[in-house]
Amino acid sequence: MKKISPVSAQKSSRQIVVPRSKPRRFYGLGIPGVELSKLAGKLIVVEGADGSGRSSQISRLVEWLEGCGHATVQIGLKRSTLVSEELELAQQGNILSRTTLSLFYATDFADQLENIILPGLRAGMMVLADRYIYTLMARDMVRGMDGAWLKNLYGIALVPDAVFYLNVAPQVLVERTFAKNQSLDYWESGMDLGLSRDMFDSFLKYQSIVAAKFRDLQATYGFTIVDGHRSPDEINQELRQRIETVLAGK
Amino acid sequence: MKTFAEHGFPGRLIAVEGLDGSGKSTQIYLLKRWLELQGLKVFFSEWNSSTLVKNATSKGKKRELLSPTTFSLIHATDFADRYERQLLPLLRAGYIVLCDRYIFTAFARDTVRGCPPAWVRGIYNFAAMPDMLFFFRAGLEISLQRILDNRPQLKYFEAGMDLRLSNDPYESFRIFQGRILEQYLAMSTEFKFLVVDANQPIETQQTIVRDLVAARIDLSQFGMNKPTAKS
Repeated sequence: MKKISPVSAQKSSRQIVVPRSKPRRFYGLGIPGVELSKLAGKLIVVEGADGSGRSSQISRLVEWLEGCGHATVQIGLKRSTLVSEELELAQQGNILSRTTLSLFYATDFADQLENIILPGLRAGMMVLADRYIYTLMARDMVRGMDGAWLKNLYGIALVPDAVFYLNVAPQVLVERTFAKNQSLDYWESGMDLGLSRDMFDSFLKYQSIVAAKFRDLQATYGFTIVDGHRSPDEINQELRQRIETVLAGK
Repeated sequence: MKTFAEHGFPGRLIAVEGLDGSGKSTQIYLLKRWLELQGLKVFFSEWNSSTLVKNATSKGKKRELLSPTTFSLIHATDFADRYERQLLPLLRAGYIVLCDRYIFTAFARDTVRGCPPAWVRGIYNFAAMPDMLFFFRAGLEISLQRILDNRPQLKYFEAGMDLRLSNDPYESFRIFQGRILEQYLAMSTEFKFLVVDANQPIETQQTIVRDLVAARIDLSQFGMNKPTAKS
């Protein structure tokens, strides 16, 4: 039998970095009964409007992280087992009022937090979130919901290890949306707000208001604003560098 | 926190709270009949939420998918739906709205399940306080007996089985209800519960309820708007 020396057999595997842990906390009162010290993995959030390149950046990050030997799991809005179907229907029919829709989204978030994020982190995985509470808060705030109320509600959320906001000008978002879809989305255009009866006009206004709200939230939540106008490669390069810092526990 | 009257609503909201089996539903039904027979604008909120929210809630319960946090949130969603689409319009329209259970049910239940009380209260702070709030206080054993004598099929969450208090649903229900009662009593002063001794005869309790309502609400304000005959 041929002996394989550990060095020559898997040279590259020795370079797999075990993420360094850092103290964790919830934004507010948190989820009852969670042992924060046992959440070994990392929670990485990518925020940005539709068309900001969020999803493709996340796919690239997953590929890169897995290539580096890290297990990953993904979450996103409206993906919970509990209420995702009903949320989708509610949006299509536009039948729920503001507080109700807001709480429905919070339920969707909480279900994924408890069933995907927390178990993933406990198992030492890299959890990649395609949007997090900030989008939910920003959307609700521009619709007049009370900031303090939202802050309490989302006090259940875990503070992520990194939050990237892909900032793209509304005019560019429009072009990217048309490159991908036939039409603008009702909700992404903020048509329920009555900003304009013209959808194009409403889209630009709505995206500007949301972006301004994100800048406000940035002051409180301190996420990293990433210039989303550059090439996907350049953006991904920046994200990787920043994530490497996170993995090193810095 | 202000009541609907203090917020300037023309309508009034009267809520009843109490354990299952405390007889509160009977009492609010009799109150409703009394008001209706006087020809007043009265509406009994039966907690009919939109099918959508209801579907999600019953799916979560049937498949036992709910944690204390999502249990709390999905019921808050359900309440918000009823509040925004049913209660607020009725109160704006000047109705006397009768509610079998209000936000205090959630405060008691969610706290027993381990949610932080400040978090739960914060979520429900969009809801105004009832103008009158009756709490039917029956002895724990009496309430339990009324429910358990029929040997009902206790549902998983109803019996508090998610709290792992006991493997026996009936035993679990007993412990769970006892804890809920403790929570109700702890809130009693803060939220000005009008405590009615529910061990008394139905008629005695109803007399107390009607007298209090008549004393606190000017019922003459709530007559139906009769369409004026065109001359």
